Amino acid sequence: MTGAVPLLLAVTTHPSWVDVSVFSVAAALVLAGAVGVVVARNPVHSALMLIMTLFGVAVLFVLQRASFLAAVQVIVYAGAIVVLFLFVIMFLGVDREEDVARDPLRGQRPLAVGLVLLGATGLLLLGQVSHWVTGASHVAGVDTGKPNVELLGTSLYTTYLFPFEATAALLIIAVVGAVVLARRPPSGADPEAADGAEEGAPATGAADGATGAATGAPDRADGSATAGPATAGPATGSTGPLAGERHP
Amino acid sequence: MTITAGWYLGLSTVLFAIGALGVLVRRNVLIMFMCVELMLNAANLAFVTFARELHDIGGQVLVFFVLVVAAAEVVVGLGIVVAIFRRRASANADDLHLMKG
Amino acid sequence: MLHVTYLIILLPLVGVGVQLVAGRRLGDPVAGWIGTAFVGASFLVSVGVYLDLLTVHAPVRTFTQDLWTWIPVDRLQVRAALYVDPLAMTMVLFVTGISALIHLYSIGYMHGDRDFSKFFLYLNLFVASMLILVLGNNLVMTFVGWEGVGTCSYLLVAFWFTRDSAASAGKKAFVYNRIGDAGFLVAIFLAYATVHTTDYQVIFAHLSEIGSANITAICLLLLVGVMGKSAQIPLFPWLADAMEGPTPVSALIHAATMVTAGVYLLCRVNPLLHASPSAALTVAIIGAATAFVAATIACAQQDIKKVLAYSTVSQLGYMFLAIGSGAYTAAIFLMVAHAFFKGLLFLGSGSVIHGLHDEQDLKRMGNLRRYLPVTFLTFAVGWLCLAAVPPLSGFWAKGDVLDNTWAAHPALWVVGIVTAGLTAYYMSRLTALAFFGSDRWKAAVPVDAHHDEPGAHHAEGPVGEPHESPWVMTLPLWILAAFAAVAGVMAIPNGQFNLGRWVDPVFGANLYANHLSGTALWVLGVVDAVVAVTFVAVGFHLWSRTAERPPLEGTFLRRSWYVNELYDAVLGRPAQRLAAFCSDVVDSKVVDGAVNGVAGLVKGSGSLLRRTQTGYVRNYVLGIVLGTVFVVGFMLTRLWWA
Repeated sequence: MTGAVPLLLAVTTHPSWVDVSVFSVAAALVLAGAVGVVVARNPVHSALMLIMTLFGVAVLFVLQRASFLAAVQVIVYAGAIVVLFLFVIMFLGVDREEDVARDPLRGQRPLAVGLVLLGATGLLLLGQVSHWVTGASHVAGVDTGKPNVELLGTSLYTTYLFPFEATAALLIIAVVGAVVLARRPPSGADPEAADGAEEGAPATGAADGATGAATGAPDRADGSATAGPATAGPATGSTGPLAGERHP
Repeated sequence: MTITAGWYLGLSTVLFAIGALGVLVRRNVLIMFMCVELMLNAANLAFVTFARELHDIGGQVLVFFVLVVAAAEVVVGLGIVVAIFRRRASANADDLHLMKG
Repeated sequence: MLHVTYLIILLPLVGVGVQLVAGRRLGDPVAGWIGTAFVGASFLVSVGVYLDLLTVHAPVRTFTQDLWTWIPVDRLQVRAALYVDPLAMTMVLFVTGISALIHLYSIGYMHGDRDFSKFFLYLNLFVASMLILVLGNNLVMTFVGWEGVGTCSYLLVAFWFTRDSAASAGKKAFVYNRIGDAGFLVAIFLAYATVHTTDYQVIFAHLSEIGSANITAICLLLLVGVMGKSAQIPLFPWLADAMEGPTPVSALIHAATMVTAGVYLLCRVNPLLHASPSAALTVAIIGAATAFVAATIACAQQDIKKVLAYSTVSQLGYMFLAIGSGAYTAAIFLMVAHAFFKGLLFLGSGSVIHGLHDEQDLKRMGNLRRYLPVTFLTFAVGWLCLAAVPPLSGFWAKGDVLDNTWAAHPALWVVGIVTAGLTAYYMSRLTALAFFGSDRWKAAVPVDAHHDEPGAHHAEGPVGEPHESPWVMTLPLWILAAFAAVAGVMAIPNGQFNLGRWVDPVFGANLYANHLSGTALWVLGVVDAVVAVTFVAVGFHLWSRTAERPPLEGTFLRRSWYVNELYDAVLGRPAQRLAAFCSDVVDSKVVDGAVNGVAGLVKGSGSLLRRTQTGYVRNYVLGIVLGTVFVVGFMLTRLWWA
């Protein structure tokens, strides 16, 4: 017994066995999460499964000594992107169940499965027959003697300085683009804006409180009596006509 | 038994395949987006593996950039989803087939 | 003044510029006076150049003014250069002189026309082009002038283009001239191909290099050009239609100057013609045939201007007859005399037409000598000149031509003397119908219903009394009549004004020497005179009392030997059928078919391919995956075989 425990310890703590077990668990997490994303009927579940996959990938990053990337993976992907996904799902209220039993596009599903299987098999075969993956297979890797973060940072700010700066511009553009896309079009500019106005329902609360709004929309203000409601909340700008209908 | 790079690349391939399949069979735009993220992660995993195998930090730097691009893509993509949803009250990709020939 | 030769051309060109810029503002009649002044100045410069040329003492008086290199392309070096010799000088003098007179006349004739200033613009442009034609020292310069006068002829014939007949007459003149110009152009190409120059003097200096076959070819091609411009068989019908233009245009362009460009050109290339007897004979035969045919047609025409037009064609035929015989001086003599009396006759007919409020039908005239005395007197001079009654210029000029023809080609002389008789006859018929007999114009219908000239010549109400023209119109008549009457002095041997002494050196040995004895000349002269007087008497006797003699006006002659109908049947209708075939079959079936076929193909393949554009994003992704599979497959095969 006493001999068995050290043996077990030795086996389980042996670097290779640690690798294998950690890899297995992480790979299982990744694949389970991925399958979950694809098969889950509810987008919220998909998002949660995505987090699982991302965590698994982060673990695999750590296993390959990419500790900084693992951290970024968790913080940016799991922490920001997936949260954004969840937010949009909740915001739009699309957390309805989707019928995944059959596909409305004829032939899409069998073709998709067939092609993807073919492609994946081909890629795996390619990995087997080619010499892409050669050299050391020591998962612990060669100790470069420098911390991962330092290596990455040095590379980023020297060799990859210009692309790095370009990503800054990319992010700015993305932010501006998101603002432009999500911006509510000005009232009356587009007849379809009325459809969107319903999504801004919380704003009607302000309209409820605005007694003068019943007689006209703020942008059709005919006197000082409606001046108050007009300033009561900018959000009422497009919901004004709507409020007018609700409270004649 | 050791975990060779081949295992990582195989895992990456499978992950990519699952993501691609998801894009192909799911109709919900948001889930299609998530599947795209799966594929990006598969690529990231392959990059990190190569970076290790070739002792080149460049692979990790590329992953860093992919992360940034993914973040930007999600921001803009979700913006578009919100804008479309305002007009059509739907997140179904199949509903958006006005650009047919 | 030789060094200002370029001014002769530049002055009318400046006139063009002035008319172009300010013509409309200057208006009627100032624009006309300015146009006349520029041409008059050009005439004065010409006189100055002429006087200077007289002081050149050389066997051949010439002067070349080299202006600039116009077309410097490899071996083709065309210079803008002016060449003055007695031949060109003669042309320049009478072109500018008669042009100035006709400009003056036009001020009266075109008075009140809507496009008054435009008329003078075209006239000035014509004079400039004509002078380029005459003064150019190479074939290309001549061709520029040649095309310029052709363009002006087109513009002026179709001057009243709102009238259908005028527009189509302009088109007809243009097309006939284009046919001739094609020959001229090929002649230039041929000359360049053989001696690599277009300069007259250089060509003449290298005749032996050209080869006799090529010389004949060049001459005949030039003759094609001449046929178009000078209205010779077979390209003569356009000149009669060209009478749709205003009468001063008929006088200037279609009688005195432009149509004689062909005569001038053939005289210019006299060394070529001399070197090719067969070409010269062709010229003579065509000239004689044209002279006869046109004279017969003129006997039966009813339109005063058409009689004169066919008469012009006939007289041009005489000139070519002379050229074909080698008697260039005689041709030039007749050309100058003809310019005077035919210009006079046209201006006189214009005065008649003007006086009768645009009546051109001889059968509606009569007894006009009472109402238009000045016109009658001057017209009579022209009549007797053209009829070759001694001692007027026509007698000497035509006699010179006929004498040389008698010596060179006696058979053609017969044609010539018959034509002379016909000429005397039809001119007497014309004069008798217009100026004698009864006042037939009183029965005429109002002009407005008959002719619709968009000018201001319309009669107010019914036809009034014929009225004499204003002085600007009669002054040129007097001057031309004077010249026409006394131009015979150019025939006086060794006289001060002898044309031969002045022009002969230009032709030198190329000139035909007839070696006729004094007795022969006397006999021939008497024959000419007897024929002329006899037929004048016959014509006058037949037509001075009645206007209706149908047997003498056969349809065959009235329809101009059916030449127009012939061309229509041989060329016009087949061409129309070909055009209809091209438009109905080739264009609509073949061309449209090819275009529509391509369009249909694109449309069909597009409608097939559009099936692939389902609009579903997921289908497109399927395409991307398919592409990936292909790439992977490709790499796998590469690796396996590597």
